Amino acid sequence: MGSKRRSRAASAQWVPLVRLAHARSGDKGDTANVGLIALKPAYYDVLRREVTAARVTRHFRGVIGGPVERFELPNLGALNFLLHGALGGGGTLSLKTDAQGKVFSTALLRMAVPVPAGILRD
Amino acid sequence: MTTRIVRIAAGQGFWGDWPEAPVHQVLDGPIDYLMMDYLAEVTMSIMQKQRTRDARMGYARDFVPLMDELLPELIRREVRVTANAGGVNPPACAEAVLEAARRRGLAGKVRIGVVTGDDLLDRLDGLLAKGHALTNMDTGAPLSSVREHVQSANAYLGAQPVVDALGQGVDLVITGRVTDTGLTLGPMIHEFGWAADDWDRLAAGTVAGHIIECGAQASGGNCLYDWQRIPGMERPGYPIIEAQPDGTFVVTKHEGTGGRVSVPSVKEQLLYEMGDPQNYITPDVVADFTTIDVRSAGANRVGVRGIRGRPATDMLKVSIAYFYGYKAVGTLVYAWPEAYAKAQAANRILRARLKALGLTFEETLTEYVGVNATHGPLAGPPSPDLPEVQLRIGVRARERAPVERFTREIAPLILNGPPSVTGFAGGRPKVEEIVAYWPALIPKHLVTPSVTVLTA
Repeated sequence: MGSKRRSRAASAQWVPLVRLAHARSGDKGDTANVGLIALKPAYYDVLRREVTAARVTRHFRGVIGGPVERFELPNLGALNFLLHGALGGGGTLSLKTDAQGKVFSTALLRMAVPVPAGILRD
Repeated sequence: MTTRIVRIAAGQGFWGDWPEAPVHQVLDGPIDYLMMDYLAEVTMSIMQKQRTRDARMGYARDFVPLMDELLPELIRREVRVTANAGGVNPPACAEAVLEAARRRGLAGKVRIGVVTGDDLLDRLDGLLAKGHALTNMDTGAPLSSVREHVQSANAYLGAQPVVDALGQGVDLVITGRVTDTGLTLGPMIHEFGWAADDWDRLAAGTVAGHIIECGAQASGGNCLYDWQRIPGMERPGYPIIEAQPDGTFVVTKHEGTGGRVSVPSVKEQLLYEMGDPQNYITPDVVADFTTIDVRSAGANRVGVRGIRGRPATDMLKVSIAYFYGYKAVGTLVYAWPEAYAKAQAANRILRARLKALGLTFEETLTEYVGVNATHGPLAGPPSPDLPEVQLRIGVRARERAPVERFTREIAPLILNGPPSVTGFAGGRPKVEEIVAYWPALIPKHLVTPSVTVLTA
C-alpha cells in the first residue's frame, strides 16, 4: 500500500480539472449545484478518486458557507456536487453577481488534481 | 416494422426566452407538440402583483401575440401546444388567446384546455388552521412566521391534468403552475397510453422534459464543451424530443438550424439544477438519473434509454412567494492606472459614509468586476495593470429608507472620490423590492387539478 502510494505520487502530474472535465451549474435556493463531467471515459476514475467532497470543501473555503455533498453518476461519467450556503441567501435575496450560481461550474474547474502520468496523452 | 414517433419541441425555456424560437420550431420542420415553459420560482409573485392591479392580468402576456401569430400554422400543421403561460390566471390567458383567434377569423376552430387548481393563495389560512404548517423545506421555519407577507402560493401540478386536457381534443393546453417536465410528459402519456404506475416510462418522459425544459441549453446554448466550435449560434435550433412508446427517445433539432445536439450538450443539461440524482422527485414519479443511458445516434441526434423510475410520493411541492425587504446595487468603473486600488479606495470611502449616516443593512456586499465577481478569491491576485475595474456594491435591508439613502451615495463619488471614474450611465441605482421564495410540501390529496375547455 505504502509503496503503491509512493509510486503514484512519483509518477503523478498535477493538472487543473478544466483539462479533465466540463461542467454546468445551477441553483436551488441558497445551494449551488455543479455537475462535473469527464471529457473522456478514462478520466472518470480520476475524478471519482480525487475530487472528493472534502477537497471540494477546501477548494471553496471562504467562498461558500455550508457543507458540500457529492453524488456519483457513473452512467454519465459525472459527479454532482451540492455546495450549500453558496449564493448569499440565494434567488432574489442575493446581492452577488452570480446569484444563481451559474459560474460555480468553472470555479470548480480551477481545482488542481494529480493524474497518473500518460493518461492525458491517451 | 415502423415505430410510432411523437415529436415534442421546446419553444421557451423561461419567460423572456428568444421570441424567434417557437416560430422556428413550428415552421422549420415537422413537430407534433410545442412545449413552452414560462415559470420560474418567483415568476408567480410578479404575475400575482399584476393580477392584483388588474383582474384580467397575471399571466405571460407575450404568449398571446405569439399565439396570435402562430395559430393559423399550428392549426394547418396540427401542432398542439402545452404551455404554463397561464401563471396565476390561466382562464384570462386562454380568453386573450381566444379573442385573438376570433379576430383572425378562427372562431369555432380553436379549443383550449385550461388547467387550474394549483393556486392555494385563498386557501392558505384554512390549510394552516387544519395543521398544515407549510414548513420551509430549506430552513424548517413554519409559514406562520411570514404569513402576512405572502404574495402567491401555488402547488406544482404534474402531467395528469395536461393529459386530461389533451384527451378532450384541445389544440392548446394552458396551465398555471404545472411542472416544467409535466408539459413534456403529458403529451407522451396521452399519445402512448402509459399507465399511472408505469414508473419507468413516466421517469423516461420526465427526463425528456428535464432535457428540453431550458430550451437551447440542451442544443448548444451555454454549453462549455467545445463551445468555440458549436456552429450557427446566431440561429440555434431548439431541442426536440422524438419519443417512442417504449420510453426510449432521441434528442435532436430541426435540419439546417444552428447549435449542436451532442452527448456532452445533453449531459450538461441533465446535470443542470440537479440535486440527488437517484431521487429526482416530481408529482408524477421519482426518476433515477443514474440509470440514464445516453449515446450518439448520428449528427445532432442523441439516443436516451434505460431510465428507471419509482412510485411518486404522496406530497406536492408548493411554491410560495413572500415580501422580504429591499435591495439596491450600484456600480462605478475605474480606469488604469491603479484601477483596482482606486475601486478599493472608493469602496472604503463609501462604506465610511454609510456608517457616518448611521445606516444599517442586513448585508453589504462589495465585488470588483474584472477581479473577483465570479470566482471570488479562487481567481488569485489580479494583474497590476488591469485596464479597468468595476466597483459593484449592493445593500439589503428590511426597510426601504436606508436602501433609498444608499442609492444617493454612489454618484457623488464621481466628483468627490478617487480619480479616473466613469460608467455611470444608468443614473441612480434602483431600489428593488425583494420577493423571496418559500418552498414547502402539501399532501397530494388536498390539491385537485381541474380542466375547463374553452372554444373561440
